[in-house]
Amino acid sequence: MTDTLVEIRNLWLEGRSDEQWNPIINGVDLTLKRGEVMGLIGESGAGKSTLGLAAMGFCRDGVRISNGSVKFDGIDLLTASAATKRGLLGKRIAYVAQSAAASFNPAHKIIDQHVEGPTQHNVMSRAESEADGMALYEKLRLPDPEKIGFRYPHQVSGGQLQRAMTAMAMACRPDLIIFDEPTTALDVTTQIEVLASIRDIVKDFDTAAIYITHDLAVVAQMADQIKVLLKGDEVETADTRTMLSAPTQDYTKSLWAVRSFERPLKAPVVAGSVPVVSVQNVDAAYGKAKVLHDVSFDMHQGRTVAVVGESGSGKSTTARCITGLLPPTSGQISFGGEVMPADYRKRSKDQLRQVQMIYQMADTALNPRMSIGQIIARPVEFYLGLKGREKRAKVDALLEQIELEPSQYYNRLPSELSGGQKQRIGIARALAAEPKFIICDEVTSALDQLVAEGILRLLAKLQDDLKLSYMFITHDLATVRAIADEVVVMKDGRVVEAGPKAEMFQPPHHPYTDLLLSSVPEMDPDWLTNLLDQRGVDNIGDSAVGKM
Amino acid sequence: MGNVLNIVLQRLALGLLTLLIVSIVIFIAVNMLPGDFAELILGQGATPEAVKTIREDLGLDQSLISRYFGWLGGMLTGDLGTSFAQLNFQTNLGGDGGVTVVEQIAPRFANTMFLAMVTAAIAVPIAVIVGILAALYRNTVFDRVANIFTLSSISSPEFFMAYVLILFLAVLNPILPSLSNIYQGMEFSDRLVKSLLPALTLTLVVTAHMMRMTRAAIINLLASPYIEMARLKGMSPMRVIVKHALPNALAPIINVIALNLAYLITGVVVVEVVFVYPGIGQLFVDSVKIRDIPVVQACCLIFAAAYILLNLTADILSILSNPRLRHPK
Repeated sequence: MTDTLVEIRNLWLEGRSDEQWNPIINGVDLTLKRGEVMGLIGESGAGKSTLGLAAMGFCRDGVRISNGSVKFDGIDLLTASAATKRGLLGKRIAYVAQSAAASFNPAHKIIDQHVEGPTQHNVMSRAESEADGMALYEKLRLPDPEKIGFRYPHQVSGGQLQRAMTAMAMACRPDLIIFDEPTTALDVTTQIEVLASIRDIVKDFDTAAIYITHDLAVVAQMADQIKVLLKGDEVETADTRTMLSAPTQDYTKSLWAVRSFERPLKAPVVAGSVPVVSVQNVDAAYGKAKVLHDVSFDMHQGRTVAVVGESGSGKSTTARCITGLLPPTSGQISFGGEVMPADYRKRSKDQLRQVQMIYQMADTALNPRMSIGQIIARPVEFYLGLKGREKRAKVDALLEQIELEPSQYYNRLPSELSGGQKQRIGIARALAAEPKFIICDEVTSALDQLVAEGILRLLAKLQDDLKLSYMFITHDLATVRAIADEVVVMKDGRVVEAGPKAEMFQPPHHPYTDLLLSSVPEMDPDWLTNLLDQRGVDNIGDSAVGKM
Repeated sequence: MGNVLNIVLQRLALGLLTLLIVSIVIFIAVNMLPGDFAELILGQGATPEAVKTIREDLGLDQSLISRYFGWLGGMLTGDLGTSFAQLNFQTNLGGDGGVTVVEQIAPRFANTMFLAMVTAAIAVPIAVIVGILAALYRNTVFDRVANIFTLSSISSPEFFMAYVLILFLAVLNPILPSLSNIYQGMEFSDRLVKSLLPALTLTLVVTAHMMRMTRAAIINLLASPYIEMARLKGMSPMRVIVKHALPNALAPIINVIALNLAYLITGVVVVEVVFVYPGIGQLFVDSVKIRDIPVVQACCLIFAAAYILLNLTADILSILSNPRLRHPK
C-alpha cells in the first residue's frame, strides 16, 4: 500500500461551447496522500469543480480530457472500464455536492439514498447500513438521528441536509471524498456547524479529501495543503500555513488583499435631519404567516445602511415593503418625511422613481432578449421622458458612470457579458431613474471576491458623487465591514440591533450579533479550533441560535 | 395527507363543474344542427301538420331551456331518454315503448372500453419501456430507430396502418381475423383474438406520443444535480434512469398517457369502421346522420366525461407522484 492516493499528472481538460473545444484545465498536477486534505481555491471559471470531478475520473457532459493521467491508488481512471469506475465511485471515492437540496433525489427518503451505495456495492446489508447511517447522523450531530433519515429531503433544513450528504458520502467509508463547495449555499451560523462536522469526521476516519471552495477563510480551516487555480492554470501550491503567511504569487496576494477594502468612517448623522427613507413600525405577512414584526429604522442621505441577517430573517421582505410590492399590514414607510402609499400601484411616477433596486442575480434580472442600450434606455424614457438623441446621450453617460465603454457595450446582449459586467448594467438601470435611494439586495453574493470588490468600490464612488442612500441587504459580514455606515441586524422578522458600524463591530453585542460575528470564518487556520475550544461544540452556529 | 385530500376534492368539484358546462355546450351545439329528426324521417312527405305531430310527440316543440332541464334531470336519474330512431320503428311495427338510449349505448360503450383497455395494456408498457430504453441509449441507433418507427406510424393515417396490418397479419399470413365483429355473450378469448388487429393498429397510433414524452421527461432530468450524484455514487446507468430519473418524470408521462387513453375512447371511429368493430364511435356517427338527438347527446356527454375523468385522474396521480405534496413539512 503506497502512501500516495491520488496522482494527477499534466491533466488537460476541454469544454465544448460555441461549437468548439475551449481549454478548462491546462496541464495541472496534483498529488494527494492518504488522509490528507487538499484545498482547491479559485474564482468561478477557474476549473476547480472540473478538476475535482476529474479526480474521480468523471467528466460532465460537454467536457473531455484531452491529455494527462489520473491515477487513484494505482488505478488509471482514464483508461479503466466504466464498470471498474462504477465499482470505485461511491465505494472508495465519494462526492459531496454544493447544494444538498438539489443533489438529494426529491422522490426518495434520505436513508434510502444513504443505503443505496453500501447495498449496491455489496459493502453492507441494508439493515447494517441503516444502523450505520444513524450512527453517522449522530456523529455529525444531526437532531433526532434515529428518525431524520426517514424524512424526505424537502422536509429537512439545508444545513442538516448538507450533513446528511456528508454522511452519505461516508457510507462506504471511502478513501477519498471530493467536497465541492459544500457550505457556499449556507448561512454563516449554519456553515460553521457543517464545517466542524466535516472536519471531525474526515479526521476520525482518516479520509483523504479534496475541498473545493472560493472562500479562503473556509479553506484555511479545512485543508492541510492549498492549491490556487486561475483560469485552468495552477498558480501555486503550498501547505496551508505557508500559503496564508507567505504567498509567493501576485494573484494569490491579490486574493488575500480583497478583504482589506474598507471605506473611511463618515461623520455621524446630524441630529434632527430628515431621513431619506424611514421605516416605521412595519408589520408584514405573506398570507397568514407573519414575517415582519415592528420593524423600524431610518436611512439618511449619502449613507449606506447594511441590513444583515440569515435567510428567512426578513431582509428582503423589508425591501419589498419599502418598494410597495408587499404592502405592510401595519406601520408606514416615508420618503423625505412624506408618508408613501403602501401599495406601489398607488404611488406616483415620481415617488416610484425615487426607489430603485439592484438584484442579486443579474442573470435573471436583465431581459436576455434586450440589448444593454435598450435595458438602460427603458427607465430613462419612462421616468425622465427623454427621447431620441437625448436618450442616447443619457444612456452613454450612464454606461460611462459604471465604467463600461458605451460604444462597445450599447448593442450587446446580457449573455455576452461577464457576471460583474451584468451587475454593473443592473446598477446603471437603477441609476437611470435618478433615484435618491437604491436597495441593493445581495448584489455581490453571486460574484467572485475580486469582482465583488470592484462592484463595492463602484457603488461607494457613485454614492460620493451622487449623494445616494443605499439599503444594502447582505448576509456577508465582510461586505458590511467594507461598505456600511449603519448596520441593522435582523432575526426572525425583528430588528435585534441597530446602530453605527463602529459600534456594531465593538462589544458588547446583542447575543445574536455576537454569534453572527463569531461565525464568520477568519483567515487564521486555527480559528475554528480555537472557537470550538472557547465555546464548545454546542455553543456555535445553529445550535446556539436554537438556545436564544 | 389532508392537504392532498383537499386538492383532490377541489379537482373533483372542478371536474363536475366542467361536465355541467360541457353538457350545456353539447345541448346547444346539437340543437344547432341543421334539419331535425321529424323532417328527416318524413322525407318528401313532410307536410307541416305531420312534422308538427312528430315534433309534439318527441317534445321538440318545447323551449330549448325546458328541454335542457328535462334532459339534465333525466341524466341525473340515469335516464338518457329514448332513441328517436328505434322508437319510431318499434311503434310503427306495433311494439311497445322503444329502445332507451342506455340500452343502445351500453353494449357499444362496453365494446369500446374493451378495445381501449386491450390497446392500453399493449401500448402503455411498450411506450414506457421503449421510452426508458431510448433515454438510456439516447442518440444511439436504437434511439433513432425507435423514434423513426413511432413517428412514422403516428404520421400515417389510421386507416392506412389498419390496412397494412390486415395485409400482413390477415391476408399474407392469416394469423388474425380481419373482421372484428364481436357480439354479446362471446368467449373472452375469442373476443380478445377478434379485437387484436384493431388494438394493434391503435397501439401504433398512440405509442409515439407516450414513448417520446417518457424519453423527453427522463432526458430533461439527466442534467439535474441528483442524477449526477447517483452517477457519482457508482450506480449503473439503468438504475440511474429507473430509480432516480423516472420517479421524478412521472407527472408529464401520466398526463400524456391519460390524453391518449381518452383518445382511445373517443376518437377511434375510423378504426372501428375499417374492422367493422361495433364500438360507440360508429353508433355516434350513425346517430348524427339521422339526427337521433338523444343518442348524439349521450355519446357526446360520455366522451366529455371520459376526457374529464381521465384528465382528473392524471392530475391526481401527478399530485401524488410529488413527494412534497404527499409529505408536507
